[in-house]
Amino acid sequence: MTSQPSTRDGAARFHVKQGTRASRAAAVIGMLLLAGLATLPAWGPPGTMKLLIEFLTLLALAQMWNLLAGYAGLISIGQQAFIGLGAYGLFICTDRLGFHPLLAIVVLALAVAVVALGTALFAFRLRGGYFAIGTWVIAEVFRLLVSGAKEVGAGSGTTILGLGFLGPQARLALTYWLALAVGFGSIALLAWIMRSRLGLALRAVRDSEEGAQSLGVDVLRTKKIVWVIAAVGCAVAGAVIYMNLLRIQPTAAFGVEWSARMIFIVVIGGLGRIEGPIVGALVYFALRETLSDFGSLYLMVLGLVAIAVTLLAPQGLWGLFVARFPVTLFGAHPRLEMLAADDGGPPATSQEEKR
Amino acid sequence: MEWVNALIQGILLGGLYALLATGLSLAFGVMRLVNLAHGDLIILAAYLALVVTNATKMNPFLSLTVVVPLMMVLGYVLQRGLLNRALRSTGVMPPLMVTFGLAIVIQNLLLEAFSADSQGLTAGPIETESITLNDQISIGVLPLLTLIVAVAILVGLELMISRTALGRAMRATADDPEAASIVGIDHRHLYATAMAIALATVAVAGVFVGVSTTFSPSDGSQGLIVAFEAVIIGGLGSLWGTLVGGVALGVAQAFGNQISPAYQILAGHLLFLAVLFFRPTGLLARRTQRQV
Repeated sequence: MTSQPSTRDGAARFHVKQGTRASRAAAVIGMLLLAGLATLPAWGPPGTMKLLIEFLTLLALAQMWNLLAGYAGLISIGQQAFIGLGAYGLFICTDRLGFHPLLAIVVLALAVAVVALGTALFAFRLRGGYFAIGTWVIAEVFRLLVSGAKEVGAGSGTTILGLGFLGPQARLALTYWLALAVGFGSIALLAWIMRSRLGLALRAVRDSEEGAQSLGVDVLRTKKIVWVIAAVGCAVAGAVIYMNLLRIQPTAAFGVEWSARMIFIVVIGGLGRIEGPIVGALVYFALRETLSDFGSLYLMVLGLVAIAVTLLAPQGLWGLFVARFPVTLFGAHPRLEMLAADDGGPPATSQEEKR
Repeated sequence: MEWVNALIQGILLGGLYALLATGLSLAFGVMRLVNLAHGDLIILAAYLALVVTNATKMNPFLSLTVVVPLMMVLGYVLQRGLLNRALRSTGVMPPLMVTFGLAIVIQNLLLEAFSADSQGLTAGPIETESITLNDQISIGVLPLLTLIVAVAILVGLELMISRTALGRAMRATADDPEAASIVGIDHRHLYATAMAIALATVAVAGVFVGVSTTFSPSDGSQGLIVAFEAVIIGGLGSLWGTLVGGVALGVAQAFGNQISPAYQILAGHLLFLAVLFFRPTGLLARRTQRQV
């Protein structure tokens, strides 16, 4: 949708068009859907709202994992560190400091950004598969530290009481709206990133780290920015999740199961595409609702599906769909558009050249 | 004297950790595979030993004669049927996702078959026997045996890799799979053989874990983390490093435990983070190492 006229010799000769007809339609439909869903607290049953809170927050978490793994090549199985910190941050800000939950989320987001920069000092010493386990160890360190802190209830956890002033109905409505914000916000954030300079750098890094570096992309800095964004995203989503649950336990809040869910959703839906986690989250919830009676069998099915998709359809379900029906609903589809034929205009160089 | 005791107990604990880490280190060294199912395979081996000992009433250490071949076959088949396909595609993502999926499958399979209850392998009086050095320090026979077995396995693997034709093929393939295939090494078979050997050590680790402590289906992740930390602390791609890393981790945990039992695990993680920060190549890194 954005088009940036390039001015060389003072005259605009070409645009880079990012949007497509499908992406404009998706944006309009998305807005209408958001507006419709926003009215739900006025008429919808609480059960539906709770299910949607769960869906939207999980979608946001999956998009953060998608951003990390699909765009920056950072495979993390330690994002639960930031979910747990978001949960405990919410508790400290509301219960201990008496902040309004909205202010609490802003404060904890800033705090987690700082913490994430600190963790990068350690995690970024590792690469590839060992980066993945390294992030997990960092999450374990946070779990152990919190489990030992009596101020926040140590191992047995704590209950958030600081939202009591809202009353149950208003709390549910606020949590639901925040879940809408993080769910739709995560999609908008990724779409925006992909159209920004950061997204351009990320795509270059994804195609070839050495190539990107030689063109002046600071690869490590780019990855660190993504790491911090994803950490803050997970922390905010974690805070909203625990605004709904209220009861926090360190083993659950810092559990690797969070990362497992994100991974399944992204891998099944399609890695490195904004549409992927949406499809994946729908499949995940459908599987869960139909197979949850079978207990551990359902997790086994998820594991097998993840293996099968990785080996047989590495692009995920959305990737299979796009292979047959090429469409970009979100994100960037940059292409060059000449404005006027003139003498010796710039040769059609890279499709993605912007400056 | 308390600290001397902690040091000795830590070194002994390190034997178990080195044993846990050997298979992970070997799989990474030969085929650059980061096996996220490593911990769950250890627990699977412990349950296999439990089934064998329950059925035949044999000593758990004797059950290794059944469990080791079983795990070797599983390793060969897994590598040939599944992991080679994942390694064939480019990028670190496919092998990680496949082994992660495998970890979930194994864990829930065990949960389905054996419930979430903690189990243990009973090996008789050896579990509690100890050698008394003085009134404050005594060395448990079982931890000592574990350390000896760990050292023996690592020495054996090191000799195999440096002296035998199979080891030479492994080194060649680890350095350059394509060049190795030109001189006639079938890397698919070689990888599967390496995985079979890795899972043989996993079988031994599983039985020693089962005898030294209790285990349940969800304990795999802790096993993976301990093994991973030992590998990184020691240095990637070095089997001696794995031994040093395991012992360093054990000593750090024993010292943490000496301060307060709550700090045992945390102290191990902190050592790991400190090594990452100050010496990211590990304590004993091979001179030419390629991460990823």
